[in-house]
Amino acid sequence: MSDKYELRCRECGKTWGNAPRSFCEDCFCPLEVAYDYDSLKKIARRDNLAARAFNMWRYCELLPLPGDFAPRSAVGGTPLVASGKLAAKWGLKSLYFKNDAVCFPSLSFKDRVVATALVAARRFNFTTVGCSSTGNLANAVAAQSAQQGFDACVFIPADLEPAKILNTAVYGARIVRINGNYDRVNRLCAQIADRFQWGLVNVNLRPYYSEGSKTHGYEIAEQLGWTLPDNVVVPMAGGSLITKIAKAFRELVTLGWVEAKPVRFFGAQATGCSPISDGVKRNLPRFEPQKPNTIARSLAIGNPADGPYAIKLIRESGGWAEDVSDPEIVAAIKLLAETEGLFTETAGGVTTGVTQKLIAQNRIKPEETTVVCITGNGLKTTDAIAAEFPATEAIAPRLDAFEAYLDAQLGTTAAAART
Amino acid sequence: MPVIIEIPTAFRRFTDGAPKLDCSATTVAEALNELTARFPDLSRHVRDDQGQIRQFLNVYLNEEDIRFLGGESCCLKEGDRVLLVPSIAGGSE
Repeated sequence: MSDKYELRCRECGKTWGNAPRSFCEDCFCPLEVAYDYDSLKKIARRDNLAARAFNMWRYCELLPLPGDFAPRSAVGGTPLVASGKLAAKWGLKSLYFKNDAVCFPSLSFKDRVVATALVAARRFNFTTVGCSSTGNLANAVAAQSAQQGFDACVFIPADLEPAKILNTAVYGARIVRINGNYDRVNRLCAQIADRFQWGLVNVNLRPYYSEGSKTHGYEIAEQLGWTLPDNVVVPMAGGSLITKIAKAFRELVTLGWVEAKPVRFFGAQATGCSPISDGVKRNLPRFEPQKPNTIARSLAIGNPADGPYAIKLIRESGGWAEDVSDPEIVAAIKLLAETEGLFTETAGGVTTGVTQKLIAQNRIKPEETTVVCITGNGLKTTDAIAAEFPATEAIAPRLDAFEAYLDAQLGTTAAAART
Repeated sequence: MPVIIEIPTAFRRFTDGAPKLDCSATTVAEALNELTARFPDLSRHVRDDQGQIRQFLNVYLNEEDIRFLGGESCCLKEGDRVLLVPSIAGGSE
């Protein structure tokens, strides 16, 4: 093959070249992008990265990109934040937050997957692209489509958070609101992809789309000084990201960029939508789909397409999956903000809250290196925590009014601060 | 009015191109059996070796996943539509 990658069935192993398709037409099982690693070893060198900008395209050889690919925007390259206060509070020596809440351009890790999906969309000559989305993906598709000249048409559950709808609409994308939850939207999109010649990034372009997630994992390894962590805690919606971080780590070992090391993968869900964590905790042979009911809308996928693979990975890595309630999610959002200065959306509250739980269960231990994946920005889900912060009464623009305010807030100790 | 089974494009090379099949089944299980009896090459794509609906095939009765309706034993009435939709997964093993 001229490309160093092609689609391969994950179950029967049949290869399908490169095309906009997401399942094997022989056995109807999922396809993924497979690489010719022997060829990659000759051209992909860690030393080459030093001269490249710090964004996801620095790993271009490890992504499904055409030979003449030229980046159109600097997606990814987000901070790995070494935790101080929260690590101390939790008694951990080495805790990091991979902060895709500041991913460019639309403030979630979905920018990464859309970036690789739109490269594929261009390659396959689509002019209209779209997605089924719980919000963040729609934002990312709309933003990058606007920049790159695709017509965007996104499908969302009708009751999505207003901020996420606005953050799609502003880019001029067509928004189709569907009466039904994400799983119904997703089912409709599978039928639309079957009928229309559109590039739906998480349907018929899904194998290329999901490869973008690997860059979240590559960056973690590079930012840890080309080492792998002991533990990774990952939010799970469809279950793809956790498996792609694992693939990224495996590839870095294969290429000799990092030393092999067992990494435990921990999955995080909201209790109100926890088919994968439920499957892990009850050791089910197949997960049972659920009807989502949680404030963590971006994780509200009751029938996770990659659930079987996520469960397999978690089990085989020696990890675990947990879930947290809506009040625990809100508390965790506040905790992360107050200790680390990071404002994450509800999904990050899930991941942070689950990490706390895993530490309490002694599944994550103090001396280990643990990376917690924060995948979205708190500014998109302010409604979820607004009730925690009622507006305070305004005061007159006078010094005595402020002194009275301080006295009321802090008591007579405030007087000591006066000169 | 019979029950209609809607067949996705990818399955149609096993159904002589037919996009749907009218049947008289009274349960989803019967409908799937009618489908695979009519198009035997489709059998192994609908059920696994244990006879279960394959893990990466979703079956819907009208708009609802049959797993929320008690599984394939759920009853059909005239005019119902049974949809077969391959699961769209894209992660990695």
